[in-house]
Amino acid sequence: MTRQVHEPPFPDGRLARDTDPSVDPGHRFDVIVIGAGVVGCAVARRLALAGAEVLVVEKAADILDGASKGNSAILHTGFDAPPGSLEQSCIAEGYAEFLDIHERLNLPLVRSGALVVAWTPEQEARLDGIVEQAHRNDVEDVVRISIEEAGNREPGLGPGALGAVSVPGESLVDPWSTPFAYLLQAMAHGTRVLRGCVVENGSFDGGCWTLQTNQGELTTTHVVNCAGLYGDLVHRALSGDEAEFHIHPRKGQFVVYDKSACALSSSILLPVPTETTKGIVVCPTVFGNLLVGPTAEDQESRDDASVEADTLAMLKREGERILPALAGHAVTAIYAGLRPATERKEYRVLEDAARNYLCLGGIRSTGLSAALGLANIAARWLTDGGSAFVPPRAIDWPAAPAISEHGERDWMRAGNDGMVCHCELVTRREVLAALDGPLPARSLAGLKRRTRVTMGRCQGFYCSAELADLAADRFEEPLARAPEEATG
Amino acid sequence: MTDPVSDCDVAVIGGGPSGLALATALRRMGVARVVVLERESEAGGIPRHCGHPPFGMREFGRVLTGPRYAERLVTAAVDAGVTIRSRTTVTAISPGPLLQLATPEGTERLSPRRVVLATGVRETPRSARLVSGDRALGVLTTGALQSTVYLKSRAPCRRPVILGSELVAFSALLTCRHAGIQPVAMVESEPRPVAWRAATALPRLMGVPFCAGSTVTRIHGNGRVTAVTLRDAAGVEKTLTCDGVVFSGRFTAEATLARMGHLETDPGTGGPRVDSLGRCSDPDYFAVGNVVHPADTAGRCWREGNALASTLVRSLAGELPTADSAVPLEVAGDIIRYVYPQRLPLARPPSPEAGIRIRFARAARGRLVVRRGNESVLERRARVLPERQMQWRLPASILSSADEPLVFHFEPE
Repeated sequence: MTRQVHEPPFPDGRLARDTDPSVDPGHRFDVIVIGAGVVGCAVARRLALAGAEVLVVEKAADILDGASKGNSAILHTGFDAPPGSLEQSCIAEGYAEFLDIHERLNLPLVRSGALVVAWTPEQEARLDGIVEQAHRNDVEDVVRISIEEAGNREPGLGPGALGAVSVPGESLVDPWSTPFAYLLQAMAHGTRVLRGCVVENGSFDGGCWTLQTNQGELTTTHVVNCAGLYGDLVHRALSGDEAEFHIHPRKGQFVVYDKSACALSSSILLPVPTETTKGIVVCPTVFGNLLVGPTAEDQESRDDASVEADTLAMLKREGERILPALAGHAVTAIYAGLRPATERKEYRVLEDAARNYLCLGGIRSTGLSAALGLANIAARWLTDGGSAFVPPRAIDWPAAPAISEHGERDWMRAGNDGMVCHCELVTRREVLAALDGPLPARSLAGLKRRTRVTMGRCQGFYCSAELADLAADRFEEPLARAPEEATG
Repeated sequence: MTDPVSDCDVAVIGGGPSGLALATALRRMGVARVVVLERESEAGGIPRHCGHPPFGMREFGRVLTGPRYAERLVTAAVDAGVTIRSRTTVTAISPGPLLQLATPEGTERLSPRRVVLATGVRETPRSARLVSGDRALGVLTTGALQSTVYLKSRAPCRRPVILGSELVAFSALLTCRHAGIQPVAMVESEPRPVAWRAATALPRLMGVPFCAGSTVTRIHGNGRVTAVTLRDAAGVEKTLTCDGVVFSGRFTAEATLARMGHLETDPGTGGPRVDSLGRCSDPDYFAVGNVVHPADTAGRCWREGNALASTLVRSLAGELPTADSAVPLEVAGDIIRYVYPQRLPLARPPSPEAGIRIRFARAARGRLVVRRGNESVLERRARVLPERQMQWRLPASILSSADEPLVFHFEPE
């Protein structure tokens, strides 16, 4: 056993806070970013690189715990975004910047391309419009292709397809490592992170914000609200603005097929979108799986990401209609994500320059693609407001852990200390790094996102015991208790 | 890849009862270099974390707990001269045979003369069963429960619901008793226990209600599991407070290597398709134990491993009949779960009969029919139960042609 000796971080058994000694009550930050979802992480990074002293506060025990934990892991080109919209420009900017930075952050990018497939004459009639819209959005390489060509590219495509549009730029990314890497880079430039920190209220005295939180008062010059599914509530608490901005969570359920299914499609298979949703996608992942989803179900709850057997069965049927060979493959995982939709389709960027407050809200489904673009909005807002910051002279590029199937994994290297998760080939060294490294995992969900443990076909049949041992005393909700507690 | 390649006579992937029995027997029969590749830190397989008897009657003539039994299997193998490489994962297989290995020291390759898949089984988790509700902490399988309790002396929950009533569900009950965990219910969708009729005695003894004909329709809990919704045989739903859900049984072959590699797999077992000699579609590869027939007892797997050794010795000596002429066996309908082996070689001279085993997915009464094309070539009346196995000796007369598969079908009355 080569496990590192360490002090249990939570000797009293409760969730410890990210007690950063320099976050003392009197310390005034340049910016507090509320919410460590993909948008908050990207904003923190951008502002830290601009020279601002940033604090990220996240109400959950770990980052990426709300809308950002359940998306379809696609980097969109924005070909189908409303032309001229803020969403379209953010996606375009975000896409370009991701291409520029992903290698330096060790983030995978699989240029799978997408096919928009029409299955009815009505859908087929809209394909030319999709191409035209893409060209208006400057996504020039989008073209109509014949159904024969579509079939040649994706021989597994089911019968009945009538036509297709090729979108070569649509790509696969790692939905968790990507924002995690943004935040790691922000932290490398001085950003601090408080998890388990709930903002309850705030006041602005003309130059300085005081935020009341469950961890005491925090002081900052600027506030950026990236609170995702809770963005409207935070907005009202801080701005007093009664603007028409209400989150109406939209649930999307997914089924994930085992790695044997990944080879069935090399492209992202998109349906012709409707007004409310991009529709059910069949999509390979950077982890070598194949996912089918999401649904689009409006609901009241901001945290009920439950799954429904009937819906999952429908997704399987839909997946098997699009790719009939899927029928012989096993489902390894099921999940649901909640998108922070609002009463309007567009993003809700609400700024109050007089109060040093910016809200990046209603990022309902393209946040992963648009985050870097949204972060640029925050940076421009900050500097246009007259604040002068000194950017760091040299930029650090911390490498994200390599957990995708594309690139060298830790198990291929000597000294990995052996395999813990056999399905996803996760090593003991990787697990310990996620438990001991910067921004250590605080929950099983957080550990899963950082390493992929238990996310494979056995769902913990083989590795639960080892994980319970490795993660003992690390999580607020332990995976297993010692016998004396267990019988208590 | 520039990894070094080493070789051996037989590589057995998986150090459970069938793999260890086979490797031990091979050494005793004089095969020089026999390597067991075990991805866990110790060989022994699933019995390592079944901390209760009965194991070992057939093999060692005495009743042992799982861990003691696993130790005896490992000792026997080592004493016989088997090389056991633990913490060694086979990440890919290919013709040759050629195996890609991953160890704590990185990657390497192994080129054995023959390879045996003895990778066993896992239970079907919640996700693959598409159960509604929250994705809360405390949803696990018996394997996870047992290994956490017996290997790590920890309890993943205090008051779980146990789903299923195959043999392994009773192992889950015993595991709970050992750890001071008090299950709140045992839930079985079939009208009677699957393992055996009198099986309700154990839960009764432990004060655990046995809910036959019931299903868990929803899991509740934001964070940890707090309750499940139970629907009984009459369709009435009620909420049951609990802090865990143990999905037991519905074993499926741990056969990703075969699926991701070049071997044909069987939709029924999930494992590699084998002929009656245990050969896979690539005759340099064999499969044995539960990966071929999810799932049977350790003793049964041990016996099979032991028995396969002589076949492998003949294969190494080039004495096996060729694998190319065989009758494929297939399954139709949803009452038969699987038939194995899935290929019966056309023997020369023909053997008088060929033994097969059939496992069923659910209870039924009616006729078991074997068809070739549209023609019914064999049938028998049967009353079948889920998870039970039927042995059937097929007359050689129906094994006349390798061209057309024999299709097994159950016609309920």
